[in-house]
Amino acid sequence: ASTLVVGEHEEGVLKASTLSAVAAASALGDVSVLVGGFGPSVHKAATQAASAHSAISQVLVVDWEKVKHELAEPWAELLLMAQEKGKYSHVLAASSSFGKNIVPRAAALLDQTVVSDVIKVVDEHTFVRPVYAGNALSTVKYTGSGPCFMTIRPTAFPAGQASAGTPAPIATLDTGTIKSEAIGRSEWVGQHVQRSERPELGSARVVVSGGRALKSAENFKLLETLADKLGGAVGASRAAVDAGFVPNDMQVGQTGKIVAPDLYIAVGISGAIQHLAGMKDSKVIVAINKDADCPIFQVADYGLAADLFQAVPELIEKLPDKRQVSA
Amino acid sequence: MKVLVAVKRVIDYAVKIRVKADKTGVEMNNVKMSMNPFCEIALEEALRFREAGKASEVVVVSMGGPQCVETLRTGLAMGADRAIHVSTEIPLYPLAVAKLLRAVAANEQPQILLLGKQAIDDDANQTGQMVAGLLKWPQATFASKVYFGDKNDVTVEREVDGGLETLRLQLPAVITTDLRLNEPRYATLPNIMKAKKKTISKLTPEELKVEIKPDFKILEVVDPPKRKGGVMVGSVDELVDKLKNEAHVI
Repeated sequence: ASTLVVGEHEEGVLKASTLSAVAAASALGDVSVLVGGFGPSVHKAATQAASAHSAISQVLVVDWEKVKHELAEPWAELLLMAQEKGKYSHVLAASSSFGKNIVPRAAALLDQTVVSDVIKVVDEHTFVRPVYAGNALSTVKYTGSGPCFMTIRPTAFPAGQASAGTPAPIATLDTGTIKSEAIGRSEWVGQHVQRSERPELGSARVVVSGGRALKSAENFKLLETLADKLGGAVGASRAAVDAGFVPNDMQVGQTGKIVAPDLYIAVGISGAIQHLAGMKDSKVIVAINKDADCPIFQVADYGLAADLFQAVPELIEKLPDKRQVSA
Repeated sequence: MKVLVAVKRVIDYAVKIRVKADKTGVEMNNVKMSMNPFCEIALEEALRFREAGKASEVVVVSMGGPQCVETLRTGLAMGADRAIHVSTEIPLYPLAVAKLLRAVAANEQPQILLLGKQAIDDDANQTGQMVAGLLKWPQATFASKVYFGDKNDVTVEREVDGGLETLRLQLPAVITTDLRLNEPRYATLPNIMKAKKKTISKLTPEELKVEIKPDFKILEVVDPPKRKGGVMVGSVDELVDKLKNEAHVI
């Protein structure tokens, strides 16, 4: 099998989710990584990709103004063109907002189905994926004639070691032949991106999440202090996002981010199934909630029925200081 | 301007699903079914377009067995003008749904095709993107705000991993809805009564000239591994001790 992994980078640094996608693809065989964007950052990301994993045999770099942003229309055409050239058996991306936006569009253009959010590669065409917010696991078999399109859940595939060998060759893809009436009918206007010094929510070793019981945006600072003490990221339940305490990109759950850190601390979160879907694969779960009957305690390894406004400051005080960048 | 909204019938979001003992799927008998919550949001948005004078007609479409009609009735009771039922007993996966939707869109010629970003049963998150590709229309997925421009365009704010992103699309376009776009209304009793008189037209995949060829098979459905029951601790000191000396995570 030969797989095309659609890479994502931010200012020239490959995202952790892309490294997970490469790790998943390496189980299928030979890997080519497509890195797209506009300007010097693309080439920087391509250089990193060339040594990102020993399974990578080629890096395809696309320096094209149309794919400077994550617009699905040019990206889908680009995938199509790359697939035509490389005739890969699989096309794979992380199930990030980027991958989910682009992969199905490209697949449909080739009359192909998509296996989304794969958590396990059983064999070349058999995969396990969660359904019903992770309350069931479905084993599915792709029976088409290829290529097999899929997105993978990054938390299920730990990124491999960077390759110490010779970097994979980098080839430039010419986008001159790409024509589609859909390109140009969408335009990127702007973005509102949260910048944080903390590790990325999806790949942090420790995640501290808050729910509606935090009562205000101001009170989330308490969780930030706790997260900083543990070198972790801050997440939130849907209720906390809907109440306007924190922005949408902090939501953990079925429709938000899926996290699986070593330590997940749920503070003032009752534990709706949609939230559990986003965090129940965490290694150790701690729940702090006033209500001893709430469902979060059923999945928590350690539950503390207490007022968070007393317990969290006490926890901050008593935790050993591990202020560090998550590795 | 016409808006077409695709809706799916799923197990109600509040139901705790049960995996069948024979591993062929989840128990569907005697289980409460509802319109997929993201589809409700899509329909609500379309109704608001009409109420704001931007849309003249809201058409709901659903595909599958005869039970879909119930979901379409719910859509009509919420306020949709008419409904289309694409009737088939063949299990439908996103690509097939996208092809059927393309055919319906070709007949109906809507300016906006609205869908939920995902269905809460298979959590696939594909259909909107696929149909946009097939129609060669621009797409804005995971929408949290939609504004109409004055040049036959819409501006869509979308929820992405890093925060929010804004796109401008020329119509016709496909928009898929995220949670925070709006809060769907409930159907009132008078509207439920009125809905009974609204039209639900029936089409088949053959009539739409869509061949459904599955390239995807579900081999088995099982319960996820259960987490072992944990312990309650009595104090913060005990918690810190456990995390340090038992779980070794701090």
